[in-house]
Order: sequence, then C-alpha cells, then structure tokens
Amino acid sequence: MNKNPFTLHVDLDDFLPASDEEKAYMVQMRPSTTFFKDGMKRLFKNKIATISLIAIVLITLASILIPMFWPYKYDAMLGVRPGKPVDSSYNNLAPFQYGETEQKRIAEGEKVFPHVFGTDSAGRDYFIRVVYGTRISLAVGFFASIIVLIIGMLVGSVAGYCGGKVDLIIMRIVDIIYSLPDMLMVILLASVLKQSGLDKAIEGTVLAKIGSNIISLFIIFALLYWVSMSRQIRGQILSLKEQEYVLAAKSTGAKPSWIIRKHLLPNCISVVIISTALQIPSAIFTESYLSFLGLGVNAPMPSLGSLASDALNGITSYPYRLLIPAVAISLIVLSLNLFGDGLRDAFDPKLKN
Amino acid sequence: MNTKTLMYILKRIALALLTVWVVITVTFFVMRAVPGGPFLGEKAITESAQAALEAKYGLDKPLMEQYFTYLKDVVTRFDFGPSLKLRGRQVLDIIVDGMKVSVKLGLTAAGIALVCGIVLGAAAALRRNKLIDKVIMVLTTACISMPSFIMGTLLLLVFALQLAIFPANGETAKGLILPIITLSLSPMANITRLTRSSMLDVLGQDYIRTARAKGVSQWKIIFGHALKNSLIPVITYFGPMLAYIVTGSLVVEQIFAVPGIGRYFVSSITGRDYPLIMGTTIVLATLIVVMNLVSDILYKIVDPRINLE
Repeated sequence: MNKNPFTLHVDLDDFLPASDEEKAYMVQMRPSTTFFKDGMKRLFKNKIATISLIAIVLITLASILIPMFWPYKYDAMLGVRPGKPVDSSYNNLAPFQYGETEQKRIAEGEKVFPHVFGTDSAGRDYFIRVVYGTRISLAVGFFASIIVLIIGMLVGSVAGYCGGKVDLIIMRIVDIIYSLPDMLMVILLASVLKQSGLDKAIEGTVLAKIGSNIISLFIIFALLYWVSMSRQIRGQILSLKEQEYVLAAKSTGAKPSWIIRKHLLPNCISVVIISTALQIPSAIFTESYLSFLGLGVNAPMPSLGSLASDALNGITSYPYRLLIPAVAISLIVLSLNLFGDGLRDAFDPKLKN
Repeated sequence: MNTKTLMYILKRIALALLTVWVVITVTFFVMRAVPGGPFLGEKAITESAQAALEAKYGLDKPLMEQYFTYLKDVVTRFDFGPSLKLRGRQVLDIIVDGMKVSVKLGLTAAGIALVCGIVLGAAAALRRNKLIDKVIMVLTTACISMPSFIMGTLLLLVFALQLAIFPANGETAKGLILPIITLSLSPMANITRLTRSSMLDVLGQDYIRTARAKGVSQWKIIFGHALKNSLIPVITYFGPMLAYIVTGSLVVEQIFAVPGIGRYFVSSITGRDYPLIMGTTIVLATLIVVMNLVSDILYKIVDPRINLE
C-alpha cells in the first residue's frame, strides 16, 4: 500500500471494477418507502388505532346498509293505518314484542320481523331510528369537518403565503373568533337560524331534504370552527415558504396559486389529516348537544342527541331507550378520538421516534 | 415583570375587550334579524297593541339607535332591559338569581376537578405504565368521550332513579351532588391527562436527577420539586374548563332541574325571550373571555421561560 501518505501518486487499486461481493453491499435490501406508506405502517402497528378504525368502518357500513333491507322506516308509525283508528298497541313496545295485528299474523303462521329494540312512544321501530340517527350524526360530523377543512385551508394558506397586511388582518379576525365562547355563539345562532325562515328559502331544492336545522348547523361550522384549522395551516406554511424549493419554484416563474397548491399544501397534509380527523368527533359532539337542547335536526328525523333527549321523558319506564343512543354516541366519539390520536402519532413528523 | 410582558398583557386585555364588544354586537344584530319579532308568539294580538308593545320596549326606533342605547345600558349599568316573558322582572335580576346557584355548582365542580385531577394525574405519572396508570388513562379517555348530557342522564338514571341514593331534583343541597359530579368528570379527566404528561416531562429533567443524587427523599422530590412545576400547564386549562362548565351546566341544570342560569337560558331560547337570551349570552361569554385572559396572563407570569407570542 501507499507508504507515504503525502504523495500525489494515484493509487491504481482504487480504480479497479467492484467485485460481486462489493456490489452486493450496494443492493437495496428493502424497497424505499413514501411518507404516506411509512405513516400507514406505523398506524396499523398501533393496535388501539386499528381497532378504532375497524369499529368506525363497521358502524359506518351498518348505518348505510341496514336501512336498505330493514322492513321498517324510521318515520313510519306502525300503529297508523290509512282508514283505521290508530292502533296504540304499537306504542312503547318492549324489545322483541309485537303489536296486536302482528300477533294475529304470527298466530296465523306468518313470520313478522322482530322489533329488536322495541318501538318508541309514537310506535316507530326504535332500532331503525337508532341506526338512522347514527347515520345522521356521522354524516353531520363528516360534512361539517369537510366544510371546516376547506375554509380553514383556504384562509390559512392565503394568510400564510401572502404575509404582511393580509396576514395581519386575517389573523386578528381569527383571534377574535377564536376567543369567542363557541358553544354560546352556536346556541345563539342555532336558535336564531331555526326561526329565520330558512325553511322557505330552501323549499323545493335538494337542501330541503337535509332539513333547515342541519343546514344551519353547517352554516355555524362554516362561520366559527375554521379558525383553529386555518391557524395551524398558516403556521405550517409560514415555515415551509422559507424552504429552498419554494424559492426555486418562484425563480422559475411559478404563480403563487401554483406554489400553494403544488408545493405548500401537500407538505401540510399531515396537519390537515390530523386536525380533520379530530374535528369529526367534536362536530358530532356539537350536533348531539344541540339536538339535545332541541336545536338540532328537524323532527321526525332522528339523531343520536335527539333520541337521547326524547328518551328523557320516559326514563323511568324505558331506560334502555336512553342507554342505546348513549352507548352509540360514546362509542363513535371514543373510537374517532382514539383513531385521531393514532393518526397524529403516525403522521406527525415532530412526534417520530 | 419587564416591558415585554407588560405589552403582552395590554395586548391580551385589548383583545378581550374587543371580543366582548363583538359578542355584544353580534348578539344584538343576530337577535334583531329574527323575522317576526319577539311578540309573534303572543296569541291574537291587534296591530295597535303590537305597536304599543314595540313603543314600550323601544323597538320602534331606528336599529342603530336601539343598538347604541343597548350598548350604553349594558356597559354603564349592566342593564339588559326587562324580560319579555317573565313580566315585570329585569333580565339582570334573573341572571343574578340564577348565578347564585350556578356559581356554587360550577365552583364546586371546578374545585373537585382540580383536586382529583391533579392527584390522579400525579399518581399516574409516578406509576407510569403500571396497572394504576393504565386504568386511570382508560377511565379518563372514556370520560372525555362522553358528552355531558349523556353523563348526566346516565347518573340520573342509575343513582337517582334506580338506586334512589340521591334526589333527582337539584333544588336541595343534596340534589346538587349529582350535577356537580356530572360537571366535574370531564374537566377532571382533562386535568389528569395534563398533569400526567407535564409531570412525566418534569420528572425527566436534570434538576430532579440532581435532587435524587443529593439524596433528597422521594416525597420531598415529588412535592417540593416535581409537582409545583408540573402544575404550570394546568393553568392554561382554567379558561377551557370554565367554558366547558358553563356550556355543560346548560344541559345539566335542565336534566336535574337545578334553578340556575343555565335553565333560564334554555327556557329563554324555547320561549324566544330575546332580552334574556342576549343578557345571558353576554354575561356568560364575558365570564369565559375574562377567565381565558386571566389564565393566559397568569401562565406567562408564573413561568418566565415561556416565550411571548
């Protein structure tokens, strides 16, 4: 080998072709992984998060599929038949009991689909009402979070990217909305929107099917709940826009909207996913709270909150009617929260290791 | 306290004042935007009677004039005007009456939440990953995931109706026990988690190791060094806790029939008693904003290391 370390002679041995053994060192032993794949792997390693995800998927599928084949409708009063007096034997049935006409049919050998959770005080099948209420609660939570996501992302990215006066003004507005006591404002707005003739304004459109109260719930979310999302996105963008690749894009003449869409937002995606996931349970919470106060969904449409509220009237005789929606709502919120926590652990780069 | 801290405090106070003003303004205009007006619910009312009523309550004046009168009355004299449904009573009197009960309820719940939360959180942190830690964490997660109205109705069902240990009516002192438990569970769970994580953080610090190396006893380390410092983040929770207790008390007072401000508020919504809705919203909102302000300022003063902004 080279005896004098300071010589300028080139050692020709360094330029020999690599042997097979040496080449083997360079072979990649495992495929490279993307940020998304890496996060998903860590997510599914987390047992609690996986179980919660399975629970959420099962509940969602059940709430969508069961109403398709269930023989009863959520708003059908079983005791009411056209041209006949109301059959009150259908009201307040205990689980797996039948009304008078149904008992006759069973006696004749017919098969009647059981009322798994009985019926409510108006003779409506309680099981399908719970399923439908779950569907409404989930849908409200999901769409409210989407609204929050869109508005928050738009405002946050504009504020973060523009900086200067735009940022200052937007952030002052955000500060004020943020320090408003949200629930009180929600109750105030919900109680007013309920009276405001929204029914007439949306009559005949697709929106009428959803009901004015749910629309007003969405309006409230659009007005009040976007602030924390936009704050987080702004913070993320503020730190991202100092990166070299943004400078490179700018110097090649990219427009601001292009930079926001192609460079900044994709890098905020973990923040966005996490806060949206945690927004859903809080939206479900708010909806059930308002429904409980009588400011939620329009009757006869059920939601888990309004079911619990209705059950209060017969709480001594029919405690299970309270327990069922209570368990359902706690289960949904709990699993969504645990799943959100799992997502944060898996996708937040700051929490790695 | 240096100038930077002072500037921060002044800025926060200005923001709080602005927020209260926004609350008053939004409340006023939102309530006035309701079609039909407050007397719509009255049965068969003649036009002249309606005009007389509107003149009596000053509703016939221009909107901006009404607004400034209202603002002046609220800011200078805490005067929210007379209630529309409870004839002959001032909104302020109703609020003060309701507050007497609600403050008792809320403060007791907050106190219980603080004491139990800190004890449980410290216990969980000191026995990290042991059985007691896991049990506490599971229970707190369950408490946080349960809306206050569900918790309240379940407690009512089990302890008041099935076991009949407590009365279902919250008008007596004994009847306040269940509402207090309902209101304190979720804040307690939050404080437990906060204390646990900050205690774990503090226990890993160098000065704890130094104290151990000096041979300081375990109890002295916990109470003299660790607990005091790990309670600082709990201060930040004061504001949200009050907000939770206020909104929770709206339904809890309804469930347990407690004659507090929350019950008046809910019945004023269904009864469309606008001055009462406005007054209660403004008072409760101001309370929450002030509490947020106090806890923020306290936080900065207690821990000078915290970076302002």
